[in-house]
Amino acid sequence: MTPNRSSRRAWLNADIVAPAQGLSGTGGIVIEDGWILAVGPKVTRDTVGAGTDIRDARGLVLMPGLIDARVFTGEPGSEYRETLATASEAAAAGGVTTMIVMPNTEPVMDEAAIVDYVMRRARDTAAVRVAPMAAITKGCRGELMCEVGLLKEAGAVAITDGNRAVAHANLFRRALTYARDFNMLVVQHVEEPTLASGVMNAGEMAARLGLAGIPAMAEVIMLERDLRLVEMTGARYHAAQISCAASVAVMRAAKARGLPVSCGVSVHHLVLNENDIGAYRTFFKLSPPLRGEADRLALVEGLKDGTIDNIVSSHDPQSADTKRLPFAEAAFGVVGLETMLSAALSLHHNDGVALARLVEAMSHRPAQLLGLETGRLAPGAPADFTLVDINRSWTVTDQTLRSRSKNSPFERRTLEGRAVETVVAGRSVFTLSSQE
Amino acid sequence: MSRLPPRVPLIRSQHVLAIGDLSPTEITALLDLALTYVNVNRQAEKASDILKGQTQVNLFFEASTRTQSSFEIAGKRLGADVMNMAVSTSSISKGETVLDTAMTINAMHPDFLVVRHQSSGAVELLAQKVSCHVINAGDGQHEHPTQGLLDALTIRSHFGRLEGLTVAICGDVLHSRVARSNIHLLTKMGARVRVVAPSTLLPSGIGNFGTEVFTSMDEGIAGADVVMMLRLQLERMSGAFVPSQREYYRFHGLTEEKLKRAKPGALVMHPGPMNRGIEIDSSVADGAQSVIREQVEMGVAVRMAVLDALSRNRRAGGVA
Repeated sequence: MTPNRSSRRAWLNADIVAPAQGLSGTGGIVIEDGWILAVGPKVTRDTVGAGTDIRDARGLVLMPGLIDARVFTGEPGSEYRETLATASEAAAAGGVTTMIVMPNTEPVMDEAAIVDYVMRRARDTAAVRVAPMAAITKGCRGELMCEVGLLKEAGAVAITDGNRAVAHANLFRRALTYARDFNMLVVQHVEEPTLASGVMNAGEMAARLGLAGIPAMAEVIMLERDLRLVEMTGARYHAAQISCAASVAVMRAAKARGLPVSCGVSVHHLVLNENDIGAYRTFFKLSPPLRGEADRLALVEGLKDGTIDNIVSSHDPQSADTKRLPFAEAAFGVVGLETMLSAALSLHHNDGVALARLVEAMSHRPAQLLGLETGRLAPGAPADFTLVDINRSWTVTDQTLRSRSKNSPFERRTLEGRAVETVVAGRSVFTLSSQE
Repeated sequence: MSRLPPRVPLIRSQHVLAIGDLSPTEITALLDLALTYVNVNRQAEKASDILKGQTQVNLFFEASTRTQSSFEIAGKRLGADVMNMAVSTSSISKGETVLDTAMTINAMHPDFLVVRHQSSGAVELLAQKVSCHVINAGDGQHEHPTQGLLDALTIRSHFGRLEGLTVAICGDVLHSRVARSNIHLLTKMGARVRVVAPSTLLPSGIGNFGTEVFTSMDEGIAGADVVMMLRLQLERMSGAFVPSQREYYRFHGLTEEKLKRAKPGALVMHPGPMNRGIEIDSSVADGAQSVIREQVEMGVAVRMAVLDALSRNRRAGGVA
């Protein structure tokens, strides 16, 4: 390290995509000490000042660092699947600068002390920012409310039972009521558990494969119930992931009615459908399940028109012992931190979704919902951003995936577009090597 | 001995079931009468014979220590024969209904029936079926009128008035009959009433009671003349209504720090029994601003006034 070198760095001639700040077109960014000093078309070689360390970003898209609002890691409890450190390496390689981690750990993040532990571990070991969502109910068992106020003080950015739905209507009503006092976002896994006892989308495919189905209505019923409870309580509510056309319609109507509600979708539900399961491929076993093509197209429409707020990876590392099993017995979940951006870019390349809309749904919008100061390119904002070659093709392989678990649905697929540099708090945490 | 006022009728009703039934004039009359009993009770010679030969039955379907003993002492000081019937020793435990129990007792010709029951409206139901005076000593989550009166008397004895005072009622309003009686009484008498609680402990529609609603304790007690804490039952603090005792203490427990936001010298009240270190710090409960023990003293005087006032109706030709 050279002591005299300026801490001021600039990237010039990039193609900026930061729709929330109204930025598009060629420009640059200057940062110092982890903060953005200036960004936009006026940032050029002449304006950045002497002694600035300059990179030419010609041909690359500069976007705010991505915020993945649904990440499961194995820490604490199942470190053999994934640690905060390994997940963060995957995140950095995927252009993700903030991981929102789910409370379904062992022990569950249902106490301030555990939230505090995870944040300290992340600070000491993770390459990107980590912010936890804490549990709504103790042990995520759906019986008793957690200490929302103390969890928020400890740093939790929202409450959710992660991959479990809070099914008990009166308990959920009280949780919403209580969370409202603290202006805490309540995030629900929208799935009526007694209806969702199957292993894949209900329908012809499931019938042919001889697998138990999960009807789309399991999601819609829960969503509609929750929206009525939101109407009663006035709490801020977010459906973590929706998966079907009917849910898009329900959310669209709820927003038109002015309810304080939002929803996300996993990138997998935007680019894959139940046909990808093929011959019982467990790397396509998701919760909620992949639906039919009509549902996928409706989700893409919902994303385009803003009915769907944000895109998540729903990164859920599973090892061979939970995935190399008969389909019905295998665990739900796929890894996705490293492929979320590339998979989302296929919507830009193939489905006519504007790049700006994709960026918005993976940066500014989740930041807004969670009250984060990142997710934007503006002077004074934290220097979290990603430089992306949106046309660079690459093939996903076991060997190159950084996640400790390799259960990717894109295994051996070629994707188009890739992060080439990821910057968190002014530090480059990932730079694509020329061999990759 | 301090002179008792002339025995003119003070209230219209045969029963005292709810503050909601009393007019501001009646409330003032009851408080004035109670104040004379406060003075009587501070003398060595406390007994009178106003209720001599009359029978008062305390019928408590729900366990109570302080309210029952307060009514017992009140009746005895006025010369009544007082009998306590606890549910565990009565025929209720043998399956008899509330009304059957009431009718049985009524047949023994008591003059006063003091009733506590765990169901809202049970005392009113009972009052419809008996011929004596009925005093509600607390029905479910509905009303506890003598508590409302004794709290008002405590406040009035410090400020000389109720009108224009800001009273913050803090805690489990949802399940509290004490809160409801206080809200009705204080709003009727022109006080500004605030309710302060986590939203899960506020009944929906509480905003229509003429109260201001706060979910933040700091904001709710700011500038208050009186901070009235409510009891929160421990079983409601384990995740059903409130996540935990420590979270409740952190955000809604009355500490010296939080109390600083109220007016200097603001009164601290609690109907008891207290959960020390949960809804109220011991240093506050036992501190200079606390009038919690005074509330107990006022309780006896208020109950004497209620018994006295009802007995006047009877002699004035009221329903017997």
